[in-house]
Amino acid sequence: MAQLHAKQAKQDALAARLAGLDLPKGGWSAQARGAALARLSDMGLPGKRDEYWRYTDPAALNAVAPQPSDALRAETPIFTGKDKVRIVFVDGVFDAAASDPLDLAQVEITLLSQADAQDVHWAKPLYGTLEAVGQTPVPRPFAALNTAAAQEGLLIRVTGKAPRPLHISYRQTSNTSDVMLHHCVKVEDGAALTLLETGIAGARSNVVMEVQIAANGTLHHIRPQGRAHGKHLLTHIFARLAQNALFKSFTLSMNGRLTRNEAVIEFTGHDATAHIAGSAVGDGNFHHDDTVFVTHDAERCESRQVFKKVLKNGAVGVFQGKILVKQGAQKTDGYQISQALMLDDDSQFLAKPELEIYADDVICSHGSTSGAIDENALFYLQSRGVPKRAAQSLLVLAFLAEAIAEIDDEALAEDVRARMEDWLARHEGK
Amino acid sequence: MLEIKNLHVKLEEEDKVILKGVDLSIAPGTVHAIMGPNGSGKSTLSYVLSGKGGYVVTDGSATLEGVELLEMEPEARAAAGLFLAFQYPVEIPGVGNMTFLRTAVNAQRKARGEEELSAGAFLKVIREKAKALQIDAEMLKRPVNVGFSGGEKKRNEILQMAMLEPKMCILDETDSGLDVDAMKLVSEGVNALRGAGRSFLVITHYQRLLDHIKPDFVHIMADGRIIKTGGPELALEVEENGYADIVAEAV
Repeated sequence: MAQLHAKQAKQDALAARLAGLDLPKGGWSAQARGAALARLSDMGLPGKRDEYWRYTDPAALNAVAPQPSDALRAETPIFTGKDKVRIVFVDGVFDAAASDPLDLAQVEITLLSQADAQDVHWAKPLYGTLEAVGQTPVPRPFAALNTAAAQEGLLIRVTGKAPRPLHISYRQTSNTSDVMLHHCVKVEDGAALTLLETGIAGARSNVVMEVQIAANGTLHHIRPQGRAHGKHLLTHIFARLAQNALFKSFTLSMNGRLTRNEAVIEFTGHDATAHIAGSAVGDGNFHHDDTVFVTHDAERCESRQVFKKVLKNGAVGVFQGKILVKQGAQKTDGYQISQALMLDDDSQFLAKPELEIYADDVICSHGSTSGAIDENALFYLQSRGVPKRAAQSLLVLAFLAEAIAEIDDEALAEDVRARMEDWLARHEGK
Repeated sequence: MLEIKNLHVKLEEEDKVILKGVDLSIAPGTVHAIMGPNGSGKSTLSYVLSGKGGYVVTDGSATLEGVELLEMEPEARAAAGLFLAFQYPVEIPGVGNMTFLRTAVNAQRKARGEEELSAGAFLKVIREKAKALQIDAEMLKRPVNVGFSGGEKKRNEILQMAMLEPKMCILDETDSGLDVDAMKLVSEGVNALRGAGRSFLVITHYQRLLDHIKPDFVHIMADGRIIKTGGPELALEVEENGYADIVAEAV
């Protein structure tokens, strides 16, 4: 009986949510959108009783209207020293005037809203497909909602080695904007791209990125998610890797009332590598959730999950990470670490690391820790003349270093590090 | 240089008195050694002087060039010229040795109102000093003390001392964990810093370190007090006969 009620509640929530949306009919995407809607109707919206949402309350994401964010502050631009092609979305709407021409050698870039009208498009077999695959074994209703309802997004096809990074820059000008963006990235054989994703898309954002990397292809993804505190943000990355493919994704989160970053990675070709990393720092009313699911379905693939969170003044950090090694995925190398540094006694870290292994010749390890600043290290630094606050910041940065080290490009890593130092300086000793 | 008067210290967590009235006067440019049985309070003395938490000073004072140390934060004591070479140097993953040293040197210069050293100037100085201690570029790049051998850690302590140029150096069992060659190297590093009015307090269990770093005075500490003071010959006496006679004599 209770179960039936729960199911009905989910359906009611979904009906209300959908009623508040202007669903695009879509051109070639119509079929995928329709299928997503059918999946979604079956799942309903998540509730607190769902195991997958046990540590993160989906209420603010379920609500028909977003909670207004705080007064908006301009985000300091990052990666300014890098020559790149920048594409700007303001509250989820493409801003042609603020963007560079969509012109990058070896890369085809189209807007979802424009491409959808074309009869034939390379993205048609990709749009919604990896999202649909990612619904098993764990349902991800908001991703299906996104496939069904996203008005805009970028379709990025990489055919060779891109000479410059592509930069998706989000800006928020309205404190009630409710944004859904759906990107598709297809990296062809031997092609390579660095994709930067910065800023806050809206007061409430639901961003899905489907990533398909063909043999020997490479995608580096670096995502600083902006500093504004009032945001509610949910992202999904669905990535599928063919033989020898490389995917490295790093996310930096500073503040945010609610952030949930999901990554669903699937190895279908041998000898591929995926590294998913994140640094999150939160002070006060902050809830940050990293949810990762890696499926090894090919031999000799390497996956790494490195997540570090710094929490203070009642901030909450969540990590749900799973490595599934299917039968036959021999010589898998899976690594997972999630760590929280608690700067006071009020903060909370909830971690659920999981391994599920059906192959017999694999190396898989996971670790999860939470702790305070090492008092001995702090005294050691002070005894050398480093003031206490600076010493603390140095130790916090050192704690975050393992995640930041997942960024290969030294200049980009340095920008991320500088951003962290800046945050620490603002939040020192408070 | 350093004046310790009637210093009484107990543990913060439990009601255990460790130092029961230590008196010690160290003149500029002199080397003092403290020896004593395990648990006599030698390391506690070094920690209390450098400002480690967990101890409560119940009586007495310690001044560096006339300035009261015991009220100051550890970093302020360092900037005032105090340096402790740790018995167990701390590993700090994620912080490069070079970054650590440069941060420390410049923090102290800033605290003293001096100009910070540029990256270039710092590099020049550290290369020269590291070479004398046979510390290679690789060791400077690695995280502080992580994966260092016992000998490397102690050499790294002396390198920090050489870079920070303190007035008053406390060496807490710097000889522990060192082989003969490493002890010679570390001692040469210390001896190179002698003079210029710099004072040393060398805490050790063994006479052999004092063959390399020749003290002007030797003190025997037992049960939280200095019970006997003499010249270098006192260390030899301990080496031959142990502490029992000296402790018995003092009671």
